[in-house]
Amino acid sequence: MSTETETERQPERRSGELTLRELLRWTWRQLTSMRTALVLLLLLALAAVPGSVIPQESVDSLGVTRWKEQHPDLTPIYEKLDLFSVFDSAWFSAIYILLMISLVGCFVPRTRVYWRALRAEPPPAPRHLTRLPDHAAYRTDEEVDEHLARARAVLKGRGYRLRSGDGADVGADDAVSAERGKLREAGNLVFHMSVLVVLVGFAIGGLFGYQGGVVLVEGSTFSNSLTQYDDFAPGSLFRAEQMEPFSFTVDEFDVDWLESQPGTWMAQSFNAGLHYRESPDAAEQTYDLRVNHPLSIGDTEIFLIGHGYAPVVTVRDGNGDVAYSGPTVFLPQDASFLSFGVIKAPSAEPEQIGFEGLFYPTFVNLDGDPVTVMPDDQNPTLSMLVYTGDLGLDSGTPQSVYVLDKSNAEQLKQPDGKPFRVDIQPGQTVELPDGLGSIEFEGVKPWTRIQVSQTPGIRITLAGVVLALVGLLGSLFIRPRRIWVRARREDEGTMVEVAALDRSGGGDGADVLDEIVAELRRTEKV
Amino acid sequence: MSNAAWETLSNQAIAAAGLVYFLALLTHLAEWAALRAPVAAESETATADEGGGVAVATGGAAPEPTHRVEFLGRLGFLVTVIACGIHLVALVGRGMAAEPNRVPWGNMYEFTISGGFVVTLLYVALHRKFRLGWMAPIVVGFVLVTLMVAVIWLHDDVAPLTEALNSPWLVIHVVSAIIATGAFTLGGIVSAMYLVKMRKGEVATGPLARIPSLPTLDRLSYRIHAFGFPVWTFAVLITGPIWAHEAWSSYWNWDPKEVWAFITWVVYAGYLHARATAGWKGRNAALLALLGLATLWFNFIGINYFSSSSQHSYAAPTQEIARYERAPWA
Repeated sequence: MSTETETERQPERRSGELTLRELLRWTWRQLTSMRTALVLLLLLALAAVPGSVIPQESVDSLGVTRWKEQHPDLTPIYEKLDLFSVFDSAWFSAIYILLMISLVGCFVPRTRVYWRALRAEPPPAPRHLTRLPDHAAYRTDEEVDEHLARARAVLKGRGYRLRSGDGADVGADDAVSAERGKLREAGNLVFHMSVLVVLVGFAIGGLFGYQGGVVLVEGSTFSNSLTQYDDFAPGSLFRAEQMEPFSFTVDEFDVDWLESQPGTWMAQSFNAGLHYRESPDAAEQTYDLRVNHPLSIGDTEIFLIGHGYAPVVTVRDGNGDVAYSGPTVFLPQDASFLSFGVIKAPSAEPEQIGFEGLFYPTFVNLDGDPVTVMPDDQNPTLSMLVYTGDLGLDSGTPQSVYVLDKSNAEQLKQPDGKPFRVDIQPGQTVELPDGLGSIEFEGVKPWTRIQVSQTPGIRITLAGVVLALVGLLGSLFIRPRRIWVRARREDEGTMVEVAALDRSGGGDGADVLDEIVAELRRTEKV
Repeated sequence: MSNAAWETLSNQAIAAAGLVYFLALLTHLAEWAALRAPVAAESETATADEGGGVAVATGGAAPEPTHRVEFLGRLGFLVTVIACGIHLVALVGRGMAAEPNRVPWGNMYEFTISGGFVVTLLYVALHRKFRLGWMAPIVVGFVLVTLMVAVIWLHDDVAPLTEALNSPWLVIHVVSAIIATGAFTLGGIVSAMYLVKMRKGEVATGPLARIPSLPTLDRLSYRIHAFGFPVWTFAVLITGPIWAHEAWSSYWNWDPKEVWAFITWVVYAGYLHARATAGWKGRNAALLALLGLATLWFNFIGINYFSSSSQHSYAAPTQEIARYERAPWA
């Protein structure tokens, strides 16, 4: 508004022309306007949508890889637009940063106004009360000051603050002014401030925290250092010194399988029995790690988030030497726990040996189709194809333990040309053709996936949301209202006018007015 | 009673509740039909004396209700209350049928019938205070359709809770989410009526005349949303993250279900803002409320078919790939 008047004062400038300062001020006004805040809010909602339909790197990186394979044309465009990490993208950040600026720009001046208004008295009664939307008038036999004194008592009883001085002596003013519900604005301000607090807590967690995952076969030990993790996602300001020097061992892992519906099995009461030390010289303690029951050590928390099977196999090479031995983690493919995995024996002589195939927890041959009928390991069976040659492990490039590089390896065939398949159960040994060696299936061990995380700032975030809720309740349910009562002596008695002003938009001013008038008149009869 | 008996009871109660809702719907439709009849010069004193305020006229433009209309309105409300009671029996039966007994919020079917129940319950509870008689057929019809959808497409046999759901937070988080959903649905119906009324303008007779005036509708919608929003905030931004932290190690994962819960929150925050912003009151606010409702229901059902990566996913039952998942609404 002010920019327009300034342009008028300087006729030599063309209309619409702004100095830099005016432009900045105009931008600031626009940014901090309520309408802009609203549009930004809706934009934020809209911007979050792609994050839920397109697989996100941070949520489902496997899904991202799969999506990229299926849409090779779109992938470069999507990558440019950061659509695989929407919530870290520049454009998403831009929206919420603008929103925060808008919020601060709205919130600071309003706090100042509120601070001043907090100490102000209720405003004096307007001259014409009957011009207000909610008003009433009635006649009473009481004297003016008597009635006004009662009005003061009634309003005070209802929690109104009264304007000091008025109504006390008739000559000065013939009206009572009352106000209540000033805390609504405080609630409003607290809510908006809390949004900032939540954001700060969220940012601290993101910058200083870390999350790491590790797959541990029953019986193995983990000590908290970077090298021990399978995957590790630190915040950008994370320092390795933050990591607490604890260690733990998964002693045993139990699952109960429950047939929830015929043919459908449900895992119940997962339990990983741990023993752990908070630091190398601390006493040993035990803990039953379960879903929804994380273990806290200092600021770090340890969660059980998954499990599966690791068949224990020993591979002997052509010379009869052990080329590989131990549990191998197989990844469950679906709810039946049919699992996929890879066994590599790169040190085997004369040729490297690799296995790739499926693990059936409870194997049944249904009309020639191998299936697993339940996820418990009642009849564990491995069914794998065998490869020999160069497994690509000598080149030094890192390789996933769940993937077999078959580009330079050759599949073993039966004499009739069909693929040679190893079908094996615990205790059995299968000789490989061509004197390559043998594989022995010794048994099955469960593995657990453990997540370790540190989330600094989580209490700030929690305090922020709780505060936001409290503020929100205040701003929604406290009704700011002003009431005025004016009494005037007339010939046949006292003429009383009452008016209410509801400032919440809740629009029940008329009801409140009726109540107050009823109370004023009721007490009058007594 | 055995678990199987409880389950049978629950299934039969849902069917019975559906039937009684249908009767209530018929009664209310008959009430509306009676409104269409030319207004007879009924004795006005008689209607005024009835009291109870169940189906009294709400707008100045509305014609004086006849005896018949009044009777049907009260009968319809009574039948709705009975249906609500039977609906409750179905929910309790569902919980008792499980071993061990639990809250009936283990799968989509149970969430949906619980959500429908909350809509009816809020309607019944607020009926008198806000004079909701005019919205009776819409609410009852909506709940009936919800029950039908639940029974036809979402029904699942009673099963124990999946491990991740087995937490006290299930009760706190899910009950608040369901209450908020019920409230937003009711508020959305009011906002939809606002838009309809705005389009058709003031009418002197017929069912539309019973719908309160535009400012009343706007205010009513605001009040219901103002109740729902803090509850939703509590469910989505407080109890949800606390539980997520306990079960999945991270309090906010940008999981699709969370993203949409956030979107819903933002849209309703926009709604509350809109009512305070000049030029956005009334029509635009009502549109925002409906947009919020759309995101809410899309999150409830739709997103399950869009994304399988959600840890809340229930579309593929018990798909536990190295992750302990939860139910869709949990």
